[in-house]
This record gives sequence, C-alpha cells and structure tokens, in this order.
Amino acid sequence: MSAQAQSIGEASRHKMSGFIRTLRDNGFVIGLAETRDALNILGGEAAARPSRLRPALRALLCSRQSDWQKFNEIFDAYWLLRGMKSATRISGAPQKAPSGLQTVESGARGLGESENADHVQRGEGEALEAGQSKREGASRAERLSQVDFRHLTQPEDLAAAHDIAARLAKSMRARLTRRMHARRSGQKLDLRRTIHKSIAHGGTPLELVHRQRKDKPLRLVVLLDASGSMSLYSSVFLRFMHGVLDSFREAEAFVFHTRLVHVSPALRERDAQRAVERMSLLAQGVGGGTRIGESLATFNRWHARRVIHSRTCVMIVSDGYDTGPAENLGAEMAALHKRCRRIAWLNPMIGWQDYTPAAAGMQAALPHIDLFAPAHNLASLQALEPYLARI
Amino acid sequence: MKIPSEKIAVQMASVGYIPDRDLATALWLMESLSRPLLLEGEAGVGKTEVARALALAHDTRLIRLQCYEGLDQSGALYEWNYQRQLLAIKAREGLDASHVEEHIFSEKYLLERPLLAAIRQSKAPVLLIDEIDRADEEFEAFLLELLSDYQVSIPELGTIKATTIPRVILTSNGTRELSDALRRRCLYHYVDYPDVDREARIILARIPHIDAALALQIATMVNLIRKEDLRKAPGVAETLDWAATLAGLELRHLRDEPETVFDTLVCLIKTAEDKSRITQEVSDRLLGKVA
Repeated sequence: MSAQAQSIGEASRHKMSGFIRTLRDNGFVIGLAETRDALNILGGEAAARPSRLRPALRALLCSRQSDWQKFNEIFDAYWLLRGMKSATRISGAPQKAPSGLQTVESGARGLGESENADHVQRGEGEALEAGQSKREGASRAERLSQVDFRHLTQPEDLAAAHDIAARLAKSMRARLTRRMHARRSGQKLDLRRTIHKSIAHGGTPLELVHRQRKDKPLRLVVLLDASGSMSLYSSVFLRFMHGVLDSFREAEAFVFHTRLVHVSPALRERDAQRAVERMSLLAQGVGGGTRIGESLATFNRWHARRVIHSRTCVMIVSDGYDTGPAENLGAEMAALHKRCRRIAWLNPMIGWQDYTPAAAGMQAALPHIDLFAPAHNLASLQALEPYLARI
Repeated sequence: MKIPSEKIAVQMASVGYIPDRDLATALWLMESLSRPLLLEGEAGVGKTEVARALALAHDTRLIRLQCYEGLDQSGALYEWNYQRQLLAIKAREGLDASHVEEHIFSEKYLLERPLLAAIRQSKAPVLLIDEIDRADEEFEAFLLELLSDYQVSIPELGTIKATTIPRVILTSNGTRELSDALRRRCLYHYVDYPDVDREARIILARIPHIDAALALQIATMVNLIRKEDLRKAPGVAETLDWAATLAGLELRHLRDEPETVFDTLVCLIKTAEDKSRITQEVSDRLLGKVA
C-alpha cells in the first residue's frame, strides 16, 4: 500500500471498505486493486470535497452503464446519508415459481400453418427416436417426455420434467459443438509457421501449414412469454432456459408479459431453484395481457444490437395471444428477422389436437418465422436440436 | 489551488475538446493510477475524439488500433515480413539452418503493429483501442494481459518490455458484452450527448468565426431533435457539420429562414425513416421552441 493510503485514518479506511461492500451488493465488480486505488484517491487531494471525490470514485469503480447510472445515488446515500431508501438493494423475499394446475383458455381455430416456415417433426417423429437412443434416461423420463406439460400434476413429475429440461439443454450444447468441430477445414496459409518449416529446405516451402477460421458458436436468444395464458408452461421453460444459459457460452434470456425483462443475470445463478425463483420474481406481470409487439419493440431497440450477431437464433416461446395491435407485432417481427439468422417460434398450443394459429398476432408474425414448432412436451423440445445444428 | 483534473480540462479545451467534469476527473485518474480508460456511449458522441484531443494536449503521438471481427495478434501486435524472410533464406542457401534462423527472426524483419509500436515509443503515446467490442473474446483476454504487464513476448525474439507506458483509451459501442475482467481493470466513463451549453461551446471551439448566438440556437435545436423518437439520433459530429453549413450560408438567426433550416437537416438526419418523421411542420414546431 502506498504512503497516501497509509496516511488516512483507520476510520476512513473502514468507511471506504463499507462503501465498496455496498457497491458490490449492488452488483458492481470491484477487485482488490480498485479498493487500493480508491483509498489512494481518498488520501489524495480529490477528497477535499465530495463534489471532487464523487467523479473520481465514479470513474474508478463503475464498469458499465448501469453502474454509471446508479452510482451517484448510492454515493449520496452512503456518504451524505441522502435518499437512503432508494439506494438499498432491491431484493424481495424469494417466491415460489408459478406451478400447479390452471385452466387455459383455448384459442380461436381455423386457418392452416404458414407455408414458408421450416418444419420439425411433430411430437413423436423419427428424428426424435434417433435422438432418444443416444440419450441415457430411465423409462420414467421416456414417459414424461411425451406428457403435455399441462398434465403434469404430481409435484415429483413436475420436478422430474424440470430436471430433464435442464439436462436437455446441456446435451444440446455438447452435440452442437461437436458437429462444429467436424466441419472445420483450413483455407488460409499460415505463413509464419510455413516459413519456419521451410528453413530446413533452404527456403522452399514444402510443408504448408494452414490456418483455420474459427467458427462462431451458435448463440441462442430466448424470449419467453410469461403471461397468464402461458403460466402452465412457463415454469418448465424457465428451467430449460436456465439449462441453456448454464451450458451455452453464448445465450441470453428475456421474459415478457406486458413489458420485456432481461433475465440472463438472474438465471446465471448456479442453483437452479434459486435462479428460477429470482426470475419469477422479476417476471411477475402486472396483469392486463401480453404485449408481444411492444416487448419485441423494446428488444429491437435496446437489446438486439448487443445480443444478436450473425449466427444467432432467436427463440420465441409464446402462444401468440397479443393484446396489442397485430400490425405492430408484424412490423417488429420483420425488423427482428432482418437482424438474426433464424427465428424459431415455439407455441405450446401446436401440440394440442386440431390447433391452428388463428390469433391475429400469430397470423401477423407467421410470415417472418423460420420455424414454427410445438413445445408442449419434452420430446418437442428435443426435436429442435437437429434444426439448431443446421443453423 | 487548481486541482489536476481542472488543469486537464483546460488543456483539453485548448485543443478543441470541451470535457465535462466527470471526464476530466477520469482523465486525471488515468494519469495518476496509470489505468486504461474505457469509454462507452452512443455512436457519434465523440469517444474517439477524446483520444485525439488527449494526444494533442500532451503533444504526443496517437496510435490507433481499430478492432474488427477476427483481429488477431498478427494484426494488432506484430508480424514478420515474410517476403523479405524468404528472400533472405534463398540468399543464404547452403548455410547452417540455425544461423539462417537466427538471422531472419531478428528485429530487421519484424513489422510493428499498433500495440507493439505503442509500448516502444520514447515518449508515452496515447493508444486508442477503438471499438473493442468488435474484436473476439480471445483478443480481449490477450489485450488484458498486455495492459497489465506492458510487455510482449515474441517466441523467436524474446520478451520486449515497454519503454514507456502508453495512455490507453478503449471505446465500445456495446455490440457485445465485454468481460468483467476487462471492465474491472479499466476506469469507466459513460459519454453522453452533451447538454445544450456544452454543445454550444463545442461548436464555438470548432467552427471559427461562428456567431455565439447562432451556436446556442443550433445546440438547442439539435438537443430538441434528439428528443424526438428517432432511429439514429444525431451525434456531435453531425452537429458540427450542420453548424458549419449554416455558418457557411451566413445565417443570422435560425427562425429567419425555416426553409433553409429544413433543407439543411440532411446533415443531421441519416435514415429514410427518420427523414419521413421530421417533416417541415415538425421542424417548424421545434424551431418555435428555440429561443
């Protein structure tokens, strides 16, 4: 520690470490080196007045825009004892994930599926059986994989389904990457290595060394509808999303009802149950239906640029009942489609007997969807994997 | 007593960049803690300009590394001059291989790229690592190592230590989430659009002979336009373009010639969608608010 840091008193040092702890509680990433530098600043000339200390500490201790915006408030609350309430961390009591049986209002029916959407085998297709033989699993898992999530009433069945959903996400990751390795082939010459090898042959490059372009890993962006009409399905999908986020290096998760919530940070929690609890707290709707169009607009405007790259698949899990205007949803879907490689729309209701996507929102969205697939049981989730591998 | 951050603010202002107090403090800390500074913000708020002005203020070189997808060590750090190496090997055909190797992997055949150049200057330069979010994660990790050790090891040549520690500025447009490690290592400043007063001062500093009242009107107008729901809000560079145009047309007061104002809005509005949104009526309405 430098002389400056030594010169300040024990009390100030204590106060500073308390401040750092408060910031960490608020999600700031601060290491030891930063703490030491903060003490140096405190001992230096900037500490004479809070108006000088604040910008200095702000530059040092913030590391992202959200930190930047929160900082002043926390600083004032801690050092100047102002607006204490607003700066305390928002962390409500954990709450149970929504589960249990409810009736789902059935949709209007009538028209056929979109022509230009890709297809995945419905339910018990061959693609699925091929996949199943590779996957280890007890007969209980086999049975569960076919049951519509609506009909999982026993708590232990539900728990088992959750586990399978999480495991499914992990195994998808493993297989998708293996396929990527096999596809690689060298194109460009690695001149540096080639020349190294050519020295022995008097400068004639006999052994050519190739360089391979690295494949970009597939990125999954999941947008989950957590509105009332989806409540029977969302808890299982939350587990699936947790598994996806845990195992895909590049994945982002969002939940929407009347507004869009970015839930990746909450879902990164290692413990699945806690993650889902934290998340369902975030995802609580205020009622008043689903605004898919508006949520997508928020996504396009604030998140798309950051989370979407050229090898991104956007997965929307929703029943398509939009309380906003359908044109709105159509326009936002078109905008999103321009940005990402594929849009997959998973609709739990496709699994139902004679369901047709007649809801106005669904109709508006269909032309922009690459894959319109069922997602009412675990088998249908698994059937997605071959499709993702081709992206 | 003048505190150091104010001194830097004055220095920066003298070369045409008007920093706010937060930025001046961050720049001063960057000196005193010798940490890199990470700048984030919308496109066009003048992130790159900070580095340029800082180099001018310190009267030193600006070394710029533009990041892009697939940028690797050979593009950022160093590369061997292969053509010359091949020639040299040919010329020494028949000689002992180890001797040849020693010769062709010497300083003479080394091509400096920005990062290596930055740590080998006799006077500490400003190193601008532009749009770091475009580079891959692996590159970010490598950069992190360089920024903490300030030394480079070249397998064929050995370790090169920094002669001076450059002032490093990184910018990011937020197309990718940066790693926590890099964020933690850097000081952080979020560059926002300037407020009316600061933008007017920027115009005055950059456009010679512009009328102060006009500059203030332009800044107010641009500020109002940014509040409209646009896909691409005009940046500071656009403001300066527009100010230069209006000054060139020798306009006295914005409200005198609403049509000229509307016609020259092409300097600010850059997409067809925004263009259809800012109509003559909208432009006139906004002009009405400009004092």
